[in-house]
Amino acid sequence: MSILDSKIPSGELHEKWTKYKSSVPLVAPHNKRKLKVIVIGTGLAGASAAATLGELGYQVKAITYHDSPRRAHSIAAQGGINAAKNYRNDGDSISRLFYETVKGGDFRAREANVHRLAECSVSIIDQCVAQGVPFAREYGGLLATRSFGGTQVKRTFYARGQTGQQLLLGAYSALMRQVHEGTVELISKTELLDIVVIDGVCKGVVVRDLVTGKIESHFAHAVLLCTGGYGNVYYLSTNAKNSNASAAWRAHKKGALFGNPCYVQIHPTCIPVSGDYQSKLTLMSESLRNDGRVWVPKNKGDNRHPAQIPDADRDYYLERIYPSFGNLVPRDVASRNAKNQCDQGKGVGESKQAVYLDFGDAINRFGKKVIEERYGNLFEMYDKITGESPYEQPMRIYPAIHYTMGGLWVDYNLMTTIPGLYALGEANFSDHGANRLGASALMQGLADGYFVIPYTVGDYLSKMISSGNYKDVPTDHPAFKDAEKEAKGKLDKLLSINGKRTVDDFHREAGKVMWDYCGMARNASGLKEARTKIQNIRDEFWKNLKVLGTGESLNQSLEKANRVADFLELGELMIVDALHRNESCGGHFREEYQTPEGEAMRDDENFCYAGAWEFKGVGNEPTLHKEWLEFNNVKLSQRSYK
Amino acid sequence: MSSNRINLTLHVWRQDHKNAQGGFKTYQAQNINTHASFLEMLDVVNEDLIAKGEEPIAFEHDCREGICGSCGMVINGRPHGLLPGTTVCQLHMRFFKDGEELWIEPWRASAFPVVKDLVVDRSAFDRIIAAGGYVSVDTGSAPEANATPIPKPVADIAFEAATCIGCGACVAACKNASAMLFVSAKVSHLSLLPQGQPERYQRVVNMIAQMDEEGFGACTNTGACEAECPKNISLSNIARLNRDYIGARLAPKQYDK
Repeated sequence: MSILDSKIPSGELHEKWTKYKSSVPLVAPHNKRKLKVIVIGTGLAGASAAATLGELGYQVKAITYHDSPRRAHSIAAQGGINAAKNYRNDGDSISRLFYETVKGGDFRAREANVHRLAECSVSIIDQCVAQGVPFAREYGGLLATRSFGGTQVKRTFYARGQTGQQLLLGAYSALMRQVHEGTVELISKTELLDIVVIDGVCKGVVVRDLVTGKIESHFAHAVLLCTGGYGNVYYLSTNAKNSNASAAWRAHKKGALFGNPCYVQIHPTCIPVSGDYQSKLTLMSESLRNDGRVWVPKNKGDNRHPAQIPDADRDYYLERIYPSFGNLVPRDVASRNAKNQCDQGKGVGESKQAVYLDFGDAINRFGKKVIEERYGNLFEMYDKITGESPYEQPMRIYPAIHYTMGGLWVDYNLMTTIPGLYALGEANFSDHGANRLGASALMQGLADGYFVIPYTVGDYLSKMISSGNYKDVPTDHPAFKDAEKEAKGKLDKLLSINGKRTVDDFHREAGKVMWDYCGMARNASGLKEARTKIQNIRDEFWKNLKVLGTGESLNQSLEKANRVADFLELGELMIVDALHRNESCGGHFREEYQTPEGEAMRDDENFCYAGAWEFKGVGNEPTLHKEWLEFNNVKLSQRSYK
Repeated sequence: MSSNRINLTLHVWRQDHKNAQGGFKTYQAQNINTHASFLEMLDVVNEDLIAKGEEPIAFEHDCREGICGSCGMVINGRPHGLLPGTTVCQLHMRFFKDGEELWIEPWRASAFPVVKDLVVDRSAFDRIIAAGGYVSVDTGSAPEANATPIPKPVADIAFEAATCIGCGACVAACKNASAMLFVSAKVSHLSLLPQGQPERYQRVVNMIAQMDEEGFGACTNTGACEAECPKNISLSNIARLNRDYIGARLAPKQYDK
């Protein structure tokens, strides 16, 4: 048997979570006060978990590298959050949200987790509204919803194009309330350097104060990593500049298995790259595809201004190829099709690496005011960046790295393979399979933090109480001291190389390799080449890096170097995973495995599993463990959005 | 759109740490693509500095999409630069002229001590929110979301107030270094909504008390905050806060702080 035990409760799919909740062992209030939980990261998953565990009475420490919890990258999510409320009476239900998420993920997610997510979605909206989250409303005063990719119902709740901001501010306010109550200690401007494992069990963390450079340890009975995804491996992505994989990667090196690292989401509608100074890419929300129509000129090399190209000379290719879903096909499908059009030479703009997203018809139909109300802030953002107004001419868009479905492997309890160490939100691999549907990341982050972890962490902690084995480990224990020493040694090493190239220079080079060979389309020979390239960049990094300043003060180059060092190891694992998975599924598109129409071709017989990798040392072959996925409630089929 | 290249002279505030003496240093930003953002221009300058063996300029930034509120610096006397309704990460170089000279400073306010160069400590804002910027509702105790209809125009005004990104430009713009626009945005957001009613008056009293304790100045209704706010948060929020505050003060003992 595999070492992976997903711990899925028995029983019918729709009863598993209800039964679990009513039978899970509890921790009494007087015992909760004795137990310490550390939450790393204060995005949607982290802030909601820290607030909720604080409310329950645990001693919580919330640690973030930002100056304030409110800055976490969840803040930038635009379009919305899914919930199976069925307020529109349009046929939505928990089972439909479950099914569409499993199908959207190309049948590579765990059924039980996805069903639980769909169940929790309903309570999330209630909770957020009660906190004062100002969702969009209809004139009757009730909540408005819109549609997103991969669905045929309107289940997406939103707050203009700033849903993530409003949800995070809700969770942040709940967190700050607990800080005020004294149940949560907020530790900001502090970054995790390592996980401390004693006798195979997670007992705390080593962190660095980014302002003073001080390295210190914190003991905890349980540690929750709510640290987001690893899209910044690619250098250019829609992620915030500081988003990094270090917490997850350090946990991986301490024994936590890493699930499906090659599953990366490439978002179809981003503002195209415009020059070599470019530091990041900006997303234009998927919600725009509710009203925007995607097209390219029918003829190659048609360089006319878009307004001068008549309808007859335009190819609305998504509407043509996928009549049922049209412009609202899932992200992986939309991205691949944009690439295909550009590869055929039909791309637009200066770089020819872009397609049009056109609101002309929608403005004619609804008027400028309605469109402004729906997407005003997005249009403004586009205008600021490009100097072009989407009210006057179509947006130019191109796919960009956006989200990582892969992450730390977790069981049904969200626990990693290290007991006591949990991963929530984007940091884990669990709910989205090989492709995430739009407006589901916010749903997952909040479901994990508000509604799942309070039960599942209680399960683990209750056993400590009942066995009487919950004494704090003092942070002068050798395991803490060794981890501190090792972390400090690594920082000293980065500062002492004194080579010629900057961190950004290395990061850019590695990111380009990842995008070219392990991006939207992959093949075996390219991946093999990329692996050697990444290894070489990593070797040079440790010989030729230049980081100025010291480790005893705010040093942003040192922070970056420490993160890029991890990206250079994780990047290789992503390549290894992409190379081993001889099929195409969701965001993982291997050119050798496609249907005659160019759609992803899965191989369910050989690859219907989650691939969880065990670390064996930098440069050594990692070991693959397989969690075979069982589908008892949906029928495996080739995804069709035609 | 075609791109141009420009050269700029930058005078940048450099300060090693909180207690160190700071001062302006002059740098040349050369061959800057006008498509680049202001922060990308600073990235280019920093890469040059590192190559020359000088420590890069420290500045806060993260999302670079104008929503996280991390970035902020005063450019030629104006928080976030010359463009209205724009964070510095969304300010692009096409708005600058070749040969222009720029003075770049951190937010100046005693409640926002300088950490390094252009980075300041804004944790005072977190403490103000902790004093009352929330609805006290534990997870799990929420009623059905559509049980409380909210008129769309009211929800819209609450939303506008809630779009504050907590960057601190209002404080930097204010001659008194007052945090009233920030505080009033949160007070308004919640006092407009039915969910915020039970704590409406206690909230405003507690948040104002914390604001004073942090050392922010008093509001004299000058309006510089509104003019410089990258999210166009309206001055009318301050009026709403004042009404609530007076209401709370007229109910003696009930809402004491």
